[in-house]
Amino acid sequence: MSTPLRPDLALISGWIAPGSRILDLGCGDGALLAHLAKTRQVRGYGLEIDDDNVAACIAAGINVIQADVDDGLAEFADRSFDYVVMTQALQALVRPDQVLAEMLRVGREVIVTFPNFGHWRVRVALLGGHMPHTPALPANWYDTENIHLCTLADFDALCRASHWQVLERALLDRSHRAGASIRVAPNLFCEIALYKLRLPG
Amino acid sequence: MAVAADSVGVVAPRRIAIATPLLLACGQRLNGFELMVETYGQLNAERSNAVLVCHALSGDHHAAGFHSPDDRKPGWWDSAIGPGKPIDTTKFFVVCLNNLGGCRGSTGPTTINPETGALWGPDFPIVTVRDWVASQALLADHLGIDAWAAVIGGSLGGMQVMQWTIDYPNRVRHALVIAAAPRISAQNIAFNEIARQAILSDPEFHGGRYIEAGARPERGLKLARMLGHITYLSDTAMRARFGRMLRDGDGQYNFNYDVEFEVESYLRHQGNSFVDRFDGNTYLLMTKALDYFDPAREYGDDLASAFRAATAKFLVVSFSVDWRFSPARSREIVNALIAAGRDVSYARIDSQLGHDDFLMPIPQYHAVLRNYLDRVATEGRA
Repeated sequence: MSTPLRPDLALISGWIAPGSRILDLGCGDGALLAHLAKTRQVRGYGLEIDDDNVAACIAAGINVIQADVDDGLAEFADRSFDYVVMTQALQALVRPDQVLAEMLRVGREVIVTFPNFGHWRVRVALLGGHMPHTPALPANWYDTENIHLCTLADFDALCRASHWQVLERALLDRSHRAGASIRVAPNLFCEIALYKLRLPG
Repeated sequence: MAVAADSVGVVAPRRIAIATPLLLACGQRLNGFELMVETYGQLNAERSNAVLVCHALSGDHHAAGFHSPDDRKPGWWDSAIGPGKPIDTTKFFVVCLNNLGGCRGSTGPTTINPETGALWGPDFPIVTVRDWVASQALLADHLGIDAWAAVIGGSLGGMQVMQWTIDYPNRVRHALVIAAAPRISAQNIAFNEIARQAILSDPEFHGGRYIEAGARPERGLKLARMLGHITYLSDTAMRARFGRMLRDGDGQYNFNYDVEFEVESYLRHQGNSFVDRFDGNTYLLMTKALDYFDPAREYGDDLASAFRAATAKFLVVSFSVDWRFSPARSREIVNALIAAGRDVSYARIDSQLGHDDFLMPIPQYHAVLRNYLDRVATEGRA
């Protein structure tokens, strides 16, 4: 009936406890929230800036709040959600570190996904003297929305420096599988990274 | 006149008498009252497709269609109500009324007080949003409607929608709160106070008994409306529409107080046309209803607590350049609903005019309304 859920979204739903309260930042057309409502009985809200996506969420019966993630989460109370989720939007934010800190204030746990800029295709492109065009990063340097790309190592360093606790991590290739090569050299072979974080203590 | 396919066509209002006494917030009691009502579309056999449209400060029961084939102006929200329009009259039975205290036929200052045989005039009690909702609930009883599929309103109408979900949680399935606020600000009360003073200080006001005196506080009412219209448009919209344009093409200043700038002409026109159709006492009490609205007040000023009893699902809509009821005020409503654990969606519509935008057929606005109400209609059939 419906199109199959993106594998990274399916993986995220496995990390979410049934019946929890979820805030999905940059929720798009609400596919993840719709899936989680059906399979995990979550009560969720999506944050979305794009008019068409907002209208699509409303048509699908998804709770959507039209707002810009870059404007921050000041409207949301501390610990008001069990999970704050953001898929494939981190690298497009003005200050990803500040938004992550806000997510950790508002949610008990944070789930975030981003493309790994340390992947070998990216490195090969740069060695060849060009910005990369990869399946995970298809846009041109001048029209990409991605302004704060990072590698797995960079993200891990930010988590360490900020004392954020990594509860789970899943590293996927472009067919959204976690293959043997990723286990051997994650920062070379992972294309999409999924992290589950929380504040220490 | 050829009626457009998406118009409800020629409609006739009905006067409905409610015999049930109504105790008002001010302590006074109405032993019965009449409401002017228009309906569009058909109530289904399950009586599950009824939609209530609540009007704002100067609105009335005539929300859509025309009163005669020669009528030039349709109802005040004709852009949104009709066959195939966002509030689709092929799916919904739409009810709109002139609120209690109004001046378009419902019991109010311009009708006769049956106990004295005289015009109510200034003795008509100041009614609140809660009183209106209670009177609308009695109307729903009269029409045989247990629960509304949706209650919809903009501005002061949106406040009635919120009050419905708090006072009658089991009688509202969906609440559409448009360009509203959880309570108005000091600045807003200040605008209302100037409007009231304009009317009260008009020499033709006669303590509110102007009809008996064969007079009308026209200047006051006109000033009140002119002030209102300044606040219904954004600075940018006024600049775009009027700028510093002069009415006379010669570009010369006249050095007198006649209409000179286009914006003056606009405001005077709005004021003059309002005086012909509105009553001073009604304007006074409508602004008071706005000032008093504050559902959080009896919940320790916590709006989320007020919404905790609500069971409706909510759609909240704001307009980007509306400064009278700004998007930030709509977010307060949304935040309280989220804190109360209610289902809510919020659309912030990029708009051009200001508060007036809630009556405009802005494509994104209508898409959001349509998408939301299409689901309401589908759910009603399930």
